[in-house]
Amino acid sequence: MSELLNNAVSLVREALWDPLPGWFQLGLVDLGYILAILLPLLLAVAYLTFAERKLIGYMQVRIGPNRVGPRGWLQPIADALKLLLKEIIIPTNANKFLFVIAPMLSIAPSLAAWAVIPFTDTMVLANIDASLLYILALTSVGVYGVIIAGWASNSKYAFLGAMRSAAQIVSYEIAMGFALVGVLMAAGSLNLHQIVLAQQGGFHQWYFIPLFPLFLVYFLSGVAETNRSPFDVAEGESEIVAGFHVEYSGMAFAIFFLAEYANMILIATLTVIMFLGGWYAPVETSFTIFPPIIWLLVKVAFVLFFFLWFRATFPRYRYDKIMRLGWKIFIPVTLIWIVVIGIATFYTPLGHLFH
Amino acid sequence: MAEIRNYTMNFGPQHPATHGVLRLVLELDGEVIERADPHIGLLHRGTEKLAESKPYNQSIGYMDRLDYVSMMANEHGYVLAIEKLLGIEPPERAQYIRVMFDEITRILNHLLWLGTHALDVGAMTVFLYAFREREDLMDCYEAVSGARLHATYYRPGGVYRDLPDSMPQHETSKWHSEKDVARMNSNRQGSLLDFIWDFTERFPSHVDEYETLLTDNRIWKQRTVGIGVVEPDRALQLGLTGPMLRGSGVEWDLRKKQPYEVYNKLDFDIPIGTHGDCYDRYLVRIEEMRQSNDIIRQCVQWLQKNPGLVIVEDHKLAPPKREVMKRDMEALIHHFKLFTEGYCIPKGEAYAAVEHPKGEFGVYIISDGGNKPYRVKVRAPGFAHLSSLDEMVKGHMIADLVAIIGTQDIVFGEIDR
Repeated sequence: MSELLNNAVSLVREALWDPLPGWFQLGLVDLGYILAILLPLLLAVAYLTFAERKLIGYMQVRIGPNRVGPRGWLQPIADALKLLLKEIIIPTNANKFLFVIAPMLSIAPSLAAWAVIPFTDTMVLANIDASLLYILALTSVGVYGVIIAGWASNSKYAFLGAMRSAAQIVSYEIAMGFALVGVLMAAGSLNLHQIVLAQQGGFHQWYFIPLFPLFLVYFLSGVAETNRSPFDVAEGESEIVAGFHVEYSGMAFAIFFLAEYANMILIATLTVIMFLGGWYAPVETSFTIFPPIIWLLVKVAFVLFFFLWFRATFPRYRYDKIMRLGWKIFIPVTLIWIVVIGIATFYTPLGHLFH
Repeated sequence: MAEIRNYTMNFGPQHPATHGVLRLVLELDGEVIERADPHIGLLHRGTEKLAESKPYNQSIGYMDRLDYVSMMANEHGYVLAIEKLLGIEPPERAQYIRVMFDEITRILNHLLWLGTHALDVGAMTVFLYAFREREDLMDCYEAVSGARLHATYYRPGGVYRDLPDSMPQHETSKWHSEKDVARMNSNRQGSLLDFIWDFTERFPSHVDEYETLLTDNRIWKQRTVGIGVVEPDRALQLGLTGPMLRGSGVEWDLRKKQPYEVYNKLDFDIPIGTHGDCYDRYLVRIEEMRQSNDIIRQCVQWLQKNPGLVIVEDHKLAPPKREVMKRDMEALIHHFKLFTEGYCIPKGEAYAAVEHPKGEFGVYIISDGGNKPYRVKVRAPGFAHLSSLDEMVKGHMIADLVAIIGTQDIVFGEIDR
């Protein structure tokens, strides 16, 4: 029976696969990998919204969605379907081209960044040397989607939201960048894969201990960067209604929504990779309790939990106070800690603490 | 030179932070507000005019709908004015019931204020916590009047019914099992007073819970300290009352200064602020909830010991009992006359004010001797507060505007009337 199956597979292979040119085969395989990353990612995004509603629900003494499907498990699917079927309204005086392209500009970078994320020692789509730079570049492109959306809608609320988020994202990008400089100084590499490898050997080797201030700054900047509460001034519900995407409806809105949550997962994953030891278990054992990918996912879920927890707990920062926090606290903290790492590494015998 | 134009923006009426139907025309310099011009009237229902064409008692229900988050306090102002014109005083038990429900209403109002204020500033969870406690208080409303919001419970001369001996019980359903229902009914086994007592036992710990989320929260303080400051003199000039005035440090509370009902027999304190900013007003209201809780406890203790009449026995003003009507012709006539014609009030005019959760709520009635008022004028605290908005927000940012609207505790039912 299995012989028959093998024969069939090899027949198909000879007939369909082998005649294809080499570059095309390569492209197809890569496409397969991309799908293997994106499909679970989008599913994770959908269920992150569900997790958020459920978790915040329990924190707020209510139940959360529990009507669609068993215990509400189909709620994200229903939401997606609803948004798909809704009309996309383009305001009369909006710049149509920019209005339509803005959601794409905001989701593309948040998905493209996943290309260089190492999920395990071997599981990575593109193991490039400057992957940290690649990530930084892509996350800062995301802001264009927001600014263009706010500008193209030709609405005062959207415009205010766009201005706020432009200022916010740009200034937190700097704090984030500096925090990453600390990581690359410690790891001696810009390659995410190398950065994780440098943290091998149990949780005391993870960078969140020697780089604790940078860890905090990076994570909080990440929260600000993704426009999440308490830094959600760009879409501050009670101030400027929905901010930059106030004029969007249907799938165009859903794409902004997807981008926000994909960014959240991205930031959480990057935090885990750079500060919490990536796919390594907290304690090195001779046998494996969970496969490495599970460790990574558990850690990512743990970090994501904080995103949701913040949202249920904190009031919203005021726009100017956010800028103050970014420029006057986060950036000096990162700068000082980079200097500390530098001096410790090159002028004192304590350098090993940071490696 | 290029012309510099301010950014003019419509804030509301369809805006999540406008507490209903506030429409503000904002002139902005970047995010900084130069001028905020409130446009009101979108919820105008002509309460004062409607009252002119109805017998006195039939307008009590309209009063509930003025400030629809502190229903019974509005009724109180109205019935007090009528009682003043008639020159009657309700039985003591009725006075205690009114005070108790006034304070329940104050907690109801402050809980809604706290929830929405926090929600405006971005703290979501407080809102739902506050609504959890509001549920219980609205059950009290329901137990005495049958309605959870618009109770129409106070009457000139007392209150409509005595407090019930039993509380309505939850029943099992598809969503609630026997066990759930037993837990939900555990504090509903006794009378309404027992239920209220049980509430006052746990309410202070709930207030502590809200305070842990907000009072020392750095973000909350950054958003409220120094925002919307009103100097005491200016607060008096603007006609601010209630927590808005006390937040500025002026000791003024009608419950102490012009005691009505039995407030002079009760022991409570009036909290005042010092800086007159949003944070002080927040602290004042939080403390008022604790004080109200104490007042309720004192009333419950008194009411448990002293049964008696809850409305005057003058059947020209209050309907006779059902049983009496079945056998007494005169009682039947009284009932008929009262529910068709109502009662006439001697010629004259009167102003009565209560310390409403939001400030001084006053009702001014002119009677021409008929069974309907010649003119009713409602003095709504929110109106004076809203007219000070422009002054309070000048130079602040949009985010602060939202905090200031929250701190003013604006409800449009009473402003637009």
